[in-house]
Amino acid sequence: MDRKALIGVVAVAVVVVGFFLFRLVSNNGDEEAMSTTTLGKTTTEPVESTTTSPSETTTTTSGATTTMQPADGGFPVVIDAPNGPVTIEKKPMRIVSISPTSTEVLFAVGAGAQVVAVDDQSNFPANAPVTDLTGFTPNVEAIASYDPDLVLLSFDPGDVIGGLEALGIPVIMHPTAVSVDDAYMQWEQVGAATGNIPGAADLVAETQLSMSSAVETLPEGTDALTFYYELDPTFYSATSSSFIGGLFDLTGMSNIADAADPDGFGFPQLTAEYIIGENPSLIYLADTICCGQTTETVADRPGWSALDAVMNGAVVELNDDVASRWGPRIADLVDDIVVSILDLELVDA
Amino acid sequence: MNAGRPAQTRLHWWWVAGATLALVAAIIAGVMIGVVDLSPMDVVRSTLDKVPFVDIETGMTTREEAILWQIRMPRVILGVVVGSMLSAAGAAYQGVFRNPLADPYLLGAGAGAGLGATLAIAYASDTADWLVDPLPLAAFVGAIVGVSFAYFVGYTVRSGRTSVTLILAGVSVAAFLTAIQTFIQQRESDTLREVYGWILGSLNTAGWGEVRLAVPYVVVSLAVVFGGRRLLDVLSVGDTDASTLGVRPGRIRLVIVIFATLGTAAVVAVSGLIGFVGIIIPHTVRLLTSASYRVIVPLSILLGGAFLVVADIIARTAVAPAEIPIGVITAIFGAPFFAIILRTSKGVVS
Repeated sequence: MDRKALIGVVAVAVVVVGFFLFRLVSNNGDEEAMSTTTLGKTTTEPVESTTTSPSETTTTTSGATTTMQPADGGFPVVIDAPNGPVTIEKKPMRIVSISPTSTEVLFAVGAGAQVVAVDDQSNFPANAPVTDLTGFTPNVEAIASYDPDLVLLSFDPGDVIGGLEALGIPVIMHPTAVSVDDAYMQWEQVGAATGNIPGAADLVAETQLSMSSAVETLPEGTDALTFYYELDPTFYSATSSSFIGGLFDLTGMSNIADAADPDGFGFPQLTAEYIIGENPSLIYLADTICCGQTTETVADRPGWSALDAVMNGAVVELNDDVASRWGPRIADLVDDIVVSILDLELVDA
Repeated sequence: MNAGRPAQTRLHWWWVAGATLALVAAIIAGVMIGVVDLSPMDVVRSTLDKVPFVDIETGMTTREEAILWQIRMPRVILGVVVGSMLSAAGAAYQGVFRNPLADPYLLGAGAGAGLGATLAIAYASDTADWLVDPLPLAAFVGAIVGVSFAYFVGYTVRSGRTSVTLILAGVSVAAFLTAIQTFIQQRESDTLREVYGWILGSLNTAGWGEVRLAVPYVVVSLAVVFGGRRLLDVLSVGDTDASTLGVRPGRIRLVIVIFATLGTAAVVAVSGLIGFVGIIIPHTVRLLTSASYRVIVPLSILLGGAFLVVADIIARTAVAPAEIPIGVITAIFGAPFFAIILRTSKGVVS
């Protein structure tokens, strides 16, 4: 008796609360909408490239990693993607990207007009056709409803790739790049897959030139500088083993998180007092959008006002999105990093 | 469950002395040990310097002072506060429900706090202009709401209402709230790591602000649980027998649950869901000393604080300078330790 009554009461409560909750969270009853639009970074967890290794990409000349490339933009083409060889029969005109990085790359290589839908996190460039598709829990049917002839994604939860391929849709998976060269390789593959090989080659060349000339403006002695890169306010950081850490390494500074990462995992959580003890010359915040961190909130943290970087105004607010992607805006990011170092030298002088 | 009245109800002075010693030793170790090497003499000098009318040259840099007084010290103190509270609340819950598996999160406090924290992390990220930090507030409110909900569900059961009914209500409420929390977390996947980190519990971002936030609630809560330790003993004979002894089990249970929840909600708000402490500390005390709550409650308060401070030392130094979530430590070291106690002790878990 009592148990029945209990179950009855709980059932009613569940229905009532569940109803209100659903009203609260769902997008005005739009059941297709699997995610409310949020600002925020894409995943910064290390996505290991477990598929066929693209590590042999030392060269950055266009087409280096594609095979059977008939001519400039000719089709069919076979892309040696990280998820295996992908055959694309003709120039894709209905591309769906559920990776914010891939979206940026598509537009940068000149394939923007061929893109019909991008995921809800793809907030750059502004003219990308944002939909409510989600890259975190992608739905094969929702993607297929755009009738795509090419799908790009950055990871494959629940074998979305298998589902799409079963429908005859070619899929390229470009996971978080492990190095700058790896990123270039992905960009070139995007160029080859979409018939924009020259555009991709230009993009790679421009990015290389931009980053190397920015780094050349750095004075001697940056190796004496240290920095702390913050992923969130609980002191998760990125080490030299990560893609973003590799960009910072170009400047010659040393990363205080490296000591916490003997296995090259890439994203350790640092102990608060270690950061204070290391007294990094520069602090980079990649949690300004996700977590509302600013130079002021950092200065207000217990003990942090004693840091040189806080006193020197060397706390740099980065754009989380740029810092968590391996797209064309890495050149801007390196520019920002270089400028922050030059500013610091001015303070010291 | 109520086999055997607690034979030994006296709180021997040497038990108290031993537990106090353990707590003091843990605090000293916690303050002395850290990733950054501070010389013990400097720490002592700096501590004496804080005593009114004493002015000592500490020999520490500003940064070292900041590490000691604004990072390490509040972290240790918060460890004591959180550990004491979770252990006392665990003991209280085990007493009022006469259930050895009861822990402070039993009635939905943990699930409610988790849901509150997830909502705050997912929907209130830009908090620079906020008057209060929404995360601890949401966790606090969530814990209270979770337990109230469970109590309400349990209370509306008409016939055969017992402590078991309440536990079942708590289990269903916790499952329900956890499901909602998981749902939101799935939809806002960019918050995944932050939510996950919060659920595992941490003292890494602790400062005096967190200590100030939690202490008032914890003091009141501990006072009530401590004051109710005799009533917990009375309840251990069962509701029917307890009624014949002139107490009202339902009312005692309600009051103790309210205050234990209040303190639990406060510490969860500042440290996340640190598991296991509320189970193993009261049971360890019970196995080593006595099954009487007159012994269990005070010793749990002392040893719970000591245990969490030690766990936190491991959390911040084992893979230094990286951090391990403290909830992982309390389970990894707590579980085998408890198993050893269980095997070697003659005590009765009742």
